[in-house]
Amino acid sequence: MIPSTVPPKYKITIDHDKCILCGRCAKECAWDAIRKSKDKIITYDNRCGSCFRCASMCPRDAITIIENPSQGRKHPVWTPEARQDVLNQANSGCILLSGMGNAKDYPIYYDNIVLDACQVTNPSIDPLREPMELRTYIGSKPEKLEFEYIEEEIDGKKVKKSKLKTKIAPNLKLDTPIMIGHMSYGAISLNSHKAMAKAVKRCGTFMGTGEGGLHRDLYEYSDNIITQVASGRFGVNSEYLSKGAAIEIKIGQGAKPGIGGHLPGEKVSAEVSMTRMIPEGSDAISPAPHHDIYSIEDLAQLVRSLKEATRWKLPVFVKISAVHNVAAIANGIATSDADAVVIDGFKGGTGAAPKVFRDNVGIPIEVAISAVDDRLREQGNRNKVSIIASGGIRNSADVFKSIALGADAVYIGTAAMIAMGCTVCGRCYGGKCCWGIATQRADLVERLEIEEAADRVSNLIGAWTHEIKELLGAAGINSIESLRGNRDRLRGIGLNEVELKALGLKQAGL
Amino acid sequence: MCGIIGFMSKKGRLIKGDKIAKALDSLRDRGNGEGSGYVGYGIYPEYADKYAIHVFIDNTVDFPQIKSKVEEILQRYGIIVKDEEIPVDDSVIKKEHISWRFFYEMDEKYAEIEEDKIVEMVIEINSKIDGAFIFSSGKNLGVFKAAAWPDEVAKYFKLDTYEGYMWLSHARYPTNTKGWWGGAHPFNLLGWSVVHNGEITSYGTNKRYVESFGYECNLLTDTEVVAYLFDLLSRKHKLPIEYVIGALAPRFWKDIDNMDDEKRKICEAIRMTYAGAAMNGPFAIVIGTNQGLVFSNGEVDNKNDMLGFTDRIKLRPLVAAEKDDLLFISSEEAAIRLICPELDRVWMPDAGKMTIARFEE
Repeated sequence: MIPSTVPPKYKITIDHDKCILCGRCAKECAWDAIRKSKDKIITYDNRCGSCFRCASMCPRDAITIIENPSQGRKHPVWTPEARQDVLNQANSGCILLSGMGNAKDYPIYYDNIVLDACQVTNPSIDPLREPMELRTYIGSKPEKLEFEYIEEEIDGKKVKKSKLKTKIAPNLKLDTPIMIGHMSYGAISLNSHKAMAKAVKRCGTFMGTGEGGLHRDLYEYSDNIITQVASGRFGVNSEYLSKGAAIEIKIGQGAKPGIGGHLPGEKVSAEVSMTRMIPEGSDAISPAPHHDIYSIEDLAQLVRSLKEATRWKLPVFVKISAVHNVAAIANGIATSDADAVVIDGFKGGTGAAPKVFRDNVGIPIEVAISAVDDRLREQGNRNKVSIIASGGIRNSADVFKSIALGADAVYIGTAAMIAMGCTVCGRCYGGKCCWGIATQRADLVERLEIEEAADRVSNLIGAWTHEIKELLGAAGINSIESLRGNRDRLRGIGLNEVELKALGLKQAGL
Repeated sequence: MCGIIGFMSKKGRLIKGDKIAKALDSLRDRGNGEGSGYVGYGIYPEYADKYAIHVFIDNTVDFPQIKSKVEEILQRYGIIVKDEEIPVDDSVIKKEHISWRFFYEMDEKYAEIEEDKIVEMVIEINSKIDGAFIFSSGKNLGVFKAAAWPDEVAKYFKLDTYEGYMWLSHARYPTNTKGWWGGAHPFNLLGWSVVHNGEITSYGTNKRYVESFGYECNLLTDTEVVAYLFDLLSRKHKLPIEYVIGALAPRFWKDIDNMDDEKRKICEAIRMTYAGAAMNGPFAIVIGTNQGLVFSNGEVDNKNDMLGFTDRIKLRPLVAAEKDDLLFISSEEAAIRLICPELDRVWMPDAGKMTIARFEE
């Protein structure tokens, strides 16, 4: 046997002067990286993913997890991670799995965009004293309105009254432009879903079910749920479709463009199996393509079928991952009777993705929003669909910038999970999330307190909403629709001419 | 900043341009001498049914070539009935551009779409011909403007030689773009003439909205975008003027939520459909139209059949007044009193309410 030639990534250190040998750390670690042996705590550094559960729960603050300084010979190309990947594949002959979003050091364009603010001639607006409107409607709008005029007699006088002739398609009404994107039951726990459902209801917004169906316990949140139809069609039946306020067809996902999904059998518990309508313990495979969609016409047909199945009462969204020709695809979607196009950038999270996809496929969401908004406007289709942006939205400034670049609203995923306790350790695919979020193991799921997690998620959305109001006020804008596509309020900094052009931004100072 | 004063006679009486010049000059402190302008309606009775196209052409040796390029585009769809240099007194300000006017008739075969064609030609000339810029394109009206003080512009264009039933004027204090002749107000397209005090913070959204309908914003001023929005919503989408204003300065959601069902549905539909047209930021706008004088910060006055609109939280001043058949609108009451000391009624239009003045039958 060839021993591992790469040192463990993390190092767990126990301060034995502080440790009282309570064994809590060993109980908390689902990865068996810490064990208690009589009068000693023993650590297994190579199993540690740095999820920090043990350190957080230690009553004596006796645990430290650091990046292992003993990395062997330093090499600029053959980093420990690169060598570890080679070793893992040399051992297994398999595709490498990973969790969370793209972990490579690509530029984050959001951080090279600065916002504009008011000074003398356009006074800033104080959201505490003046109305600040964040209400957003997601769905198709007509290009123009038509009215008919009827003469009525009121108190003996003939009055001409106008009546709206144009029919407005069903739209989702959002009190804040922040929704929680699709993370399936199976990939994450029921407690996580329940907490997020409570949060979005409180905030007047929506969450996606992901492709894992909708657990009956969430039926009471129907008015705030977007159901998803992915290639695996897990849990999809007419009852499921009617239990949401909108339906989303998932074609692609930012973390893994061009491929489907895979929920390992060990995550398919009895409840997950019932909700997904698949046998317990079986792998749930979503194929890369939908086997009834091989063209934009096929997609249009599915959009209409889903509308027909729900009596044309629900808006239908189509989610695609951000790739280089995303604008053309989005424009095709806009002409397919779909009501919104969801674009998921390559920093988007995931429960499990082949590492090579997660880190190398797709494009940043910022440029995708810009390209899609431009193309839809050029083709006269912008009113036909809303744009929902997702994939790496980290704070309210990212939301603000996304909308100014052209989005109607955003989906957050990882941020909501972090609010619930996720430490972005990236081992969601292992099913042993020590924080009870990305796991189905009953003892771990129990660790997530639903009410507390719901409070934290709604606090997060509420706090960002406050911040967006302040940012709008600073920009002299009192309704979110005047921010949509308002790239004039943004400037690029540290970007080259081509990048500025792709984003549709002027350089700071101009 | 920026000074606005306009008036109209609801009976259509013709009033000489020196009146408006006198009033605007009293607002010179609201400008900084980098832009002043006037528009008179009813000033070309001899050519009332022709388009009066006012063009700035760079005062350089290239003048003949630029002018012939403009003519080439105009002649594509109709005939130039008459053209001449707009008479000016060039001892007052430096003649940076030669102001030329064409009285123009569209070929009959374009009768159904002649206004669309005019808009198309204005945009084509303004975006493609270097050194030419159409700043007025309506019938029986004309804009006179330059980068100078109000009295200088009035003298330069010999405003006292014109008579009109409606006049709007503007003294500019530019803060967005540098002061130049084209950036001065009014901005005109067909019958729409816009003068504006303020800064539209939604400019980026509005610009991209109108551009998706084929307009091109070349002047980088928010005034231009307002004219295009009016043209799109009123002329092309045929919305009643009340709804146009309702789209540009929509009611707050909290007010809409409390309306009766029918009204709520209309207001909701307007906000959802015309979200890209909604204007934000501080503004007080006066718009001349072929229907009459429309102004922001107004109120509904059924007696006079007038409507207007505001920037929702009224961050810019506007005052209206009446005397007999005259209706005045200005950023300051003093400017109105200077030319009409005795007034029947003076009022400060409320934020977010509409007013339109129309001619008496």
